[in-house]
This record gives sequence, C-alpha cells and structure tokens, in this order.
Amino acid sequence: MARSMRIAIASGKGGTGKTTVSLNLAAMFGGPVQLADCDVEEPNINLFLRCDKLVSNHVSMLVPEVDPKLCNGCGKCSEICRFRGIVSLGAKALVFPELCHGCGGCAMVCPRQAITEQPHRIGSVAVGQAGQIRLVEGRLQVGVSLVPPVIRAVREQLLDDLPALLDAPPGTSCPVVATLRETDYVLLVTDPTPFGLHDLKLAVAMVRELGLPCGVVINRAGNDQVGLHHYCMDENLPVLLELPEDRQIAEVVSKGELVSHALPEYGRMFGTLAERLYEVAGRIGGRR
Amino acid sequence: MKKIAFTTSGHDLDAALDPRFGRAQRFLIYDLEHQVFCTLENDQSRNAAQGAGILAAETMVKAGVDALVTGHCGPKAFKVLDAAGVTVYHCSAATVQEALHQVQGGVVSPADAADVDGHW
Repeated sequence: MARSMRIAIASGKGGTGKTTVSLNLAAMFGGPVQLADCDVEEPNINLFLRCDKLVSNHVSMLVPEVDPKLCNGCGKCSEICRFRGIVSLGAKALVFPELCHGCGGCAMVCPRQAITEQPHRIGSVAVGQAGQIRLVEGRLQVGVSLVPPVIRAVREQLLDDLPALLDAPPGTSCPVVATLRETDYVLLVTDPTPFGLHDLKLAVAMVRELGLPCGVVINRAGNDQVGLHHYCMDENLPVLLELPEDRQIAEVVSKGELVSHALPEYGRMFGTLAERLYEVAGRIGGRR
Repeated sequence: MKKIAFTTSGHDLDAALDPRFGRAQRFLIYDLEHQVFCTLENDQSRNAAQGAGILAAETMVKAGVDALVTGHCGPKAFKVLDAAGVTVYHCSAATVQEALHQVQGGVVSPADAADVDGHW
C-alpha cells in the first residue's frame, strides 16, 4: 500500500514560525493528520495542543561496556572510535557514554570479546491525540547531545496510512537532515530579514542536496527590503503562503492558542495552504 | 618523575601557564633529567567539537609524560590521565618557570580528582 504523504516544515533561521505553521496547517488539514515534533531539544507543540494523555517510551542507544577481566588494554577499540567514546591507552578501556555514537565498532574489533553493548537512555518519544491530530513528540534527555537517533525514533512512530507533518529543528545540520529523510515535500518558513534570506539560501541548498522538492512560507511578510521574492522567483521556489506581520498573531500565540481558531481569516489561509500542498505533494506522496 | 608537561600559550619557560587543559594552546614538555624542553601543539584537541580533554590526555600519554601541570582539569581528561598513570597538578602559577619551581618545591601537590566540571 502506498504511504500517505509526509511534509517537513523546516527553516534555516530559528524563530521564523515553523511550529506556528506546523500547528495551524495540522489544525486546518481537513482530516486526520499526524504532527511530529522533531525539535527534540525543545519540543513545544504540546504547549498548544495539550493532549489529554501522552504515552511515553524510552529511546535508547547501545553503548559499550567493558569487562575488566577480559580487557588487556590493546587499544583497538580506542583506535576505531572517532568520538573518544572509548579510550584505552595501554590500560583497561574507559567508556564515555556521552561521547559514544553507538556504532558498535569497538565491540566488533575487540579481539578478546571484552566489550558488550548495553542500552543507554538518550530520550523519549510520546504519542497523544488532540482532536484530529495525532501528536508524536520526541524529547532529548537532559545532558545528551546526540539528537538524530531520537528524531529517527519519532519517525518510526509515524503511521504509514495517515499523512504526517514533521516540525523540524532550526538550522541545516544533522538533526534537520534526520527529520527531512523520507519526506515527500519540504516547506521552508522564512521572514523578510537579511538573516531570514541568508539562512533560507542555506536551507534550499540542503533540501536540493537531499533531492527533495520544496516551497516557501513567508512569515511576518510586508516590507520586503531584502529581495526575498526576487530570490524565490529566480530560484523557481513557489511561495505557498504569506502570513502578514500582525500583532494579533503574536498575542494569540503568546496565550498558547491556535491562530487558525482564534483568527478565522488566517485559518482560511492555512486551509488554502493545505489544499495547495495536497496538489504539489499529494501527487508525489506515497511514491516510495 | 622524568618528563613534565605544562599547558602554555607561549614557547619558552617565561611564557604564561595556560589555565585550560583540553583547549590549551600547546604543551611545553620539560625533561627533568637533561633540563631541556620542547613544545607540542594542541591543534587536534583545540579543533575537536567534543572530547577535547580526552584527546589532549591521549596526546600526553603518547608524549610519554609522567606528570601534567595545568590550571584546571575536567573529569573526563582526569579519568584518562589517571588510568594511564599521569600525575596531575592543578597550579595557579603565572608562568611555566614558576609552575616548575612550585612542583619541584612541593608547593603544589598531586591532584586526586578533577577540580572543575566539563566545559568550565
């Protein structure tokens, strides 16, 4: 069976309104939809959705454990480790779980089978329901810096037969790439500021490197003094929605309410965005 | 004790003692037996995104030093140095020369634990 479409909402610059767009798009989607909070370092979608019940599961990664009776300090594990997660310098190997990336290489090269792999908690994934929206929220454990495995765990919880919107973290590095993998379309949210345009260019380059189609949402639109529209035109990037600079939007968001519900004229705009996405992404959705 | 490493931002004994270990500019390695020294750059650790202390500790072990004199040493670096048998001295001396005198004169004693958290 073909999989339902998956759309990622990303940006280069932070604070452009990814979560606002994700939430309101989900609210006006016109049917059941999944919303994945992949900004696992600071998940905030549920501040707005307030699901009655969230069912949470641990996300673990395998890290090495050394049996000191078997380790002879040969240093092979240390040599293969790129991240100093295991260090052995003529003495018994020391493990630093917070630096380990869980590749398992050390256990493979250990000639004395002194290394076993044990689960180490790095975060959690919670699932909840709010109306038509099925929320999947990733949360990184405090003190852990390894984000992509938690995002992959979020993606694994997504159901194939429901369309999904994935709210990405800001930037263009590994966590964003982990979110964008296996999506059908990317919405890039930006604002008409020099930083907004600069980081949009980085994001577009990243999305193209991944071979994904994308469109732009301009937030706080109005006076475009930086040539954002020109750039989009030159690069053949469709501008799918322009959300005007409006104090009312900020007030609604600051109260934890949904813009689409509190301000119906904007709700209609998100409804139109959903329809346009069905046109552009629905066609290619489920191709895998 | 034959070889002592000092963290420093300069190239000779009059240079400042670098209070950092993992992100120190370089190391001055002093040979007590022959009373000569050489310097060793710390570029690899300084440019590492993570685990600079561990990498610098590896550099110390590979350089074959018996002791390390620095301003502060974090828990991961200390664990590696301790396991490899390198004695750590936390020292607030201004220069390498002064630090050397303090260690030789017993003014500072070997540390039995890290004195700062990681990324201090």
